[in-house]
Amino acid sequence: MAALARFWSPFRLRLPGGRAAQLLLIGGYLAFTVGLLLLFPRSIIAFLLYLANLLLVFGARAVPGAWQAAIAVVETLVVFPAVAAGNPFFMGVGTTVAIYVALALGLNIVIGYAGLLDLGYVAFYASGAYLWAIFSTGKAAEFLPFLHGPLGGEWFWPFLVLGLLFAALMGVLLGIPVLRLHGDYLAIVTLGFGEIIRILAAGLNSITNGAVGLPGVGAPAIGGRTLGAAVDFYFITLVIVGLIVWVTIRLEGSRIGRAWAAIREDETAARAMGVPLTRAKLLAFACGASFAGMMGVIFAAKQSYVDPTSFTFMESIGVVSMIVLGGMGGIPGVALGAAIVTLLNIQVLGGISDFINSVGARWGIQIPPALNPSQYHQLVFGVILVLMAIWRPEGLIPARRRHVRADEEAEPATPAAAPGGEPA
Amino acid sequence: MSAAGGTAPRPAQEGAAGRAAGPVLEARGVSKRFGGLVAVERVDLAIAPGTVHSLIGPNGAGKTTLFNMITGIYRPDEGDILFRGRSVAGLPPEKVAERGISRTFQNVRLFKELTALENVLVGMHLHLRANFFDVVLHTPRVEAEERRARREARELLAAVGLGGLGDELAKNLPYGHQRRLEIARALAVRPALLLLDEPAAGMNPRETEAVMELIDGLRRERGLTILLIEHDMKVVMGISDVVTVLDHGAKIAEGPPDAIRRDPRVIEAYLGKAVER
Repeated sequence: MAALARFWSPFRLRLPGGRAAQLLLIGGYLAFTVGLLLLFPRSIIAFLLYLANLLLVFGARAVPGAWQAAIAVVETLVVFPAVAAGNPFFMGVGTTVAIYVALALGLNIVIGYAGLLDLGYVAFYASGAYLWAIFSTGKAAEFLPFLHGPLGGEWFWPFLVLGLLFAALMGVLLGIPVLRLHGDYLAIVTLGFGEIIRILAAGLNSITNGAVGLPGVGAPAIGGRTLGAAVDFYFITLVIVGLIVWVTIRLEGSRIGRAWAAIREDETAARAMGVPLTRAKLLAFACGASFAGMMGVIFAAKQSYVDPTSFTFMESIGVVSMIVLGGMGGIPGVALGAAIVTLLNIQVLGGISDFINSVGARWGIQIPPALNPSQYHQLVFGVILVLMAIWRPEGLIPARRRHVRADEEAEPATPAAAPGGEPA
Repeated sequence: MSAAGGTAPRPAQEGAAGRAAGPVLEARGVSKRFGGLVAVERVDLAIAPGTVHSLIGPNGAGKTTLFNMITGIYRPDEGDILFRGRSVAGLPPEKVAERGISRTFQNVRLFKELTALENVLVGMHLHLRANFFDVVLHTPRVEAEERRARREARELLAAVGLGGLGDELAKNLPYGHQRRLEIARALAVRPALLLLDEPAAGMNPRETEAVMELIDGLRRERGLTILLIEHDMKVVMGISDVVTVLDHGAKIAEGPPDAIRRDPRVIEAYLGKAVER
């Protein structure tokens, strides 16, 4: 109990004990959750508990950073697939979580770093998804005379890059008209942009097939071998997520990340210091959008079906709430928020419903559908966000911005003692 | 109050020695109106290189408005502003900074959630070359550039008396340090002309004294030209080479501090109350 209290007391994730104890704890918990995965092959709770492994590794501060990273990579890329590769359910959930982690990291650049409230983020996701869907289903061949039929699975890889570029372009196109807007006004315009893209997708029958959607989106392939299994998508998505995390970390500590932070903190002062406002904002939009574009391509291939209902306003709001819940501006927090919200969205409440129903059935009690928890997921969502706003406005894992350290040579610590110029 | 008794005598015209060239900054008939209010009316201003030029006047005289026009925050309604002979009127602030004009703000406007060092590094933005791909690939060039930048930022912090405080969040620094940090950040732009908006506001006499020494040092050691808005007459009279007096948006007097002190128009408009002993 005391350990638990310490775990949460400063509201900062930190495991007790020395390095050996922490490694033992990590190993023990890993073994425990692997057992759960094997015992309950369709339990979202088992998945959730397995995911907590990463949190545990993150909290093991006595373990060197490189080890932490290595353990996390092994847990996601080796142990989990080894245990659950044959289980499409776990692999599918894992992929979905990873996709949303990527989306949240992308939006985090726009909102968390540059401070631009974007409520139409799903538009970029849709751009990537439709791009691949249109070309891989042969829809493109109907209006592009030089194409003959659908593109094969090998084209998936260049389309990952094309999806990135296309979404980045969309990001710039959205960015240009909203450069002068702030806060609420920016939010409203971006919200409108998201809706425009969705309505376009629903209305442009000749290109997107409208509300009917595009079935039969191609899966990726290498050398004639189709990579359409759940485990394939799991790996593809995680590699991209790793890439995105890498890029995000690099940007954060760079001249570009500092320019974003400066704009977020004080636009006027940033400009007076020579930070080019237009370029920095457009880069933030393009960057965030490009992550979503790539994920859109993967999403389309994974679902093998694309229609406008996947890209509603609620989807954008969902990604925003991931950031808010997890902790705006920090990579671990945003990833955690994405995982929690995604699981809440897709499974947890449904799982509880099923459980209640099965218990009810056993006792011969009919649970009225109005009391079914899965009906209330918007409500639960709202309650969580309100509670967070009250108790933890900075998120579950508050961002510890990667500050550039002054480091190196020991400097004479003479605050205010030496006021600039030599005394005359 | 002890040390503040007498204003440190400033080595008189040292900085002004080499002022052969024309003015660094020249405002020609600059005006700015906000609706019906004339904030600045046809003001001419010429700032000689290497001087400390002060802008004084009662509240609402148009001093900060003039600053904002020079630094591109406002576009003048009429007139022109020349910096080293080229017009900067109407340029966006980031372009003005690029030309070599940097400033501090009347109400401290630091990037609060960034460290002191990072604040200074933002000021160096124009002098760092790393682009998006350099950053993502983390080339050795970027690494070296960042290391150089950090070193320079530390030196700047030390130069304004904040040595060793680089890792403090700007918002956690005491007020006087925040003002110094703003100066360091402005210096990081490597300006030829530095605009200081009330650098001694809200400071006690000792801190004021230190800020004066700092400004004087900047001029002498870095060859900076400084345009200063200040209400503290001891500062103005102590370190200025030229003082320009604004009242109701118009220039009413200009000259060396001693002449300004005696100018009847100035006394009437402004100094009468402030300077009486």
